[in-house]
Amino acid sequence: MSARFWMNRTTDALGVLRTWLLAGIWIAPLAYVLWASFREPSVALSLDITRGWTFDNLVTVWNAAPFGRYYINTAILVLGLAATQIVIGTLAAYAFARFEFPGRELLFLFVLIQLMIFPEILLLENFRIVSALGLYNTIPGIGIVSAASAFAIFLIRQAFRSVPKELVEAAEVEGASRLGILWRVYIPVTRSSIAAFALISISSHWNSFLWPLIITRSPEARPVTVGIARYLAPDTGLSITALSAGTVIVVGPLLIFFLIFQKRFMQSFVRSEIV
Amino acid sequence: MTLEDSGFRLPRRRLLAPLGRIPDPVFAWLILLPALIGLSTFSIVPMAIGIWNSLQGARSGEPMGLGQYQAMIGDPIFSTALVNNLLFSVVTVPISLALAMLMAVLVNRRFHGRALARLAFFTPAMLPVVGAASIWLFMYQPDFGVINSLLETLGLARQNLLGQPSTVLPALMVVMVWKEAGFFMLLYLAALQSIPGELNEAAVLEGAGGWYRFRRITFPLLMPTTLFALIIAVANSFKHVDFLFVMTQGGPANASTLLLYHIWDTAFIQFRPGYAAAVSTFLVTILVILAVVQIRLLDRRIHYR
Repeated sequence: MSARFWMNRTTDALGVLRTWLLAGIWIAPLAYVLWASFREPSVALSLDITRGWTFDNLVTVWNAAPFGRYYINTAILVLGLAATQIVIGTLAAYAFARFEFPGRELLFLFVLIQLMIFPEILLLENFRIVSALGLYNTIPGIGIVSAASAFAIFLIRQAFRSVPKELVEAAEVEGASRLGILWRVYIPVTRSSIAAFALISISSHWNSFLWPLIITRSPEARPVTVGIARYLAPDTGLSITALSAGTVIVVGPLLIFFLIFQKRFMQSFVRSEIV
Repeated sequence: MTLEDSGFRLPRRRLLAPLGRIPDPVFAWLILLPALIGLSTFSIVPMAIGIWNSLQGARSGEPMGLGQYQAMIGDPIFSTALVNNLLFSVVTVPISLALAMLMAVLVNRRFHGRALARLAFFTPAMLPVVGAASIWLFMYQPDFGVINSLLETLGLARQNLLGQPSTVLPALMVVMVWKEAGFFMLLYLAALQSIPGELNEAAVLEGAGGWYRFRRITFPLLMPTTLFALIIAVANSFKHVDFLFVMTQGGPANASTLLLYHIWDTAFIQFRPGYAAAVSTFLVTILVILAVVQIRLLDRRIHYR
């Protein structure tokens, strides 16, 4: 009994140790770059914590390009886009979840297929369409291709289907209109799913790169991911300063946002399952 | 009294009253309209345009045909991109999923610092691809990169891992696995938590060891999640090419190019729209096939009708 008990304890402890080791290795690259970004270049790679701390790297890189502008652009893009996607997605999801209409099955299949084909991969064609709409080099031009999100429709529809029928019937009896029922019954009941979608949308569009790179030309419209790319790998060669501070600038805000809302974030990603 | 006046004075409900008289099917179509317009304009229409453009002759005046596709198949860079993409899928997807499963099993138990360990595994999945790329550019850098210091400690020569055709792909695969595994860990974690505890308890009572329990209980029950994650991971390996822009520009000598990068390069750098459209159509076809497989899986998991 006791021998077996101690053996189990030892195996458990080893398992925990192994987990810690793997977790440490996994986070090490990020932690290391963050560490180096606050160190003087000459001692950036040493582990001596008593000297060499500085903000110079960040200041240098920050001043090398209009990053303030890039941040504002990214913020406008991700917030505006999440709001638009939610409005359009909620309306469509409501149609699918509550009403019978001719063509419903076919339309839903159409939405499902779009889950895989991101507009961003149809680079040249969408470049032409968006340019023809006069939106080249604008923030709406970046967002418009994703404004109708198949993923939003799918996710919100799944949530809407769980809304109790009794609530809907009660509201009908009270004479609420169809949009009234959407607003006062469906949306309040599924708030957390919609919030989950918002988090995923914000983080994925904060991270988008290739499409904004193509559809923008000047700092007035570029998001931070595109703005930073030039400083990360300049023709003049890599420097510790540019790389480490550049990384902080591009991952910093989203990372902080994520650490604050980490529980919600992880739940949202699990719920989505089909990003 | 003008229409405007009455409009302002009437309560909102009366204003919207005509909406209430629209029959349900028409109402449903109306509220679907913005989504349908958006999805068509930026997915279906460009797809159709792409197919049309890809069928144009390579030179002006040439009749329509499959010339661009022949050019594509004959293009060694396209072959490299396709082979690279397939290699990426074949190597990174199983490794990512296996690591994700291991991580999920590890952090599914109770121990001190469990939340921190989960966070450590998941955080890379949150980073922008550009950010992950810059982190690994730092790690791989020949002069000050940690990886090279490690190689030196092991008695190997320093080398520019991203600058050699033989090492650039494995080096990029590491980045991909590092970035993706955390996300799939979350999927597995959710699935693990839905496995009834009695199953494992019964197995423990029967004297089954940890590895045996994993092989006979956990792994089979995670199979649906694995299938699902597999599709997402393969699709991701075709879609995520951002790190090439920061890390290698497809080089050295196109050794690390991937299909989507090749499309970008031919469309926006070499200005060969017809050719780029052919490669686009090819890539979209792959993704549509993956979508169909995914829908069948979804169909089994949740009844979407």
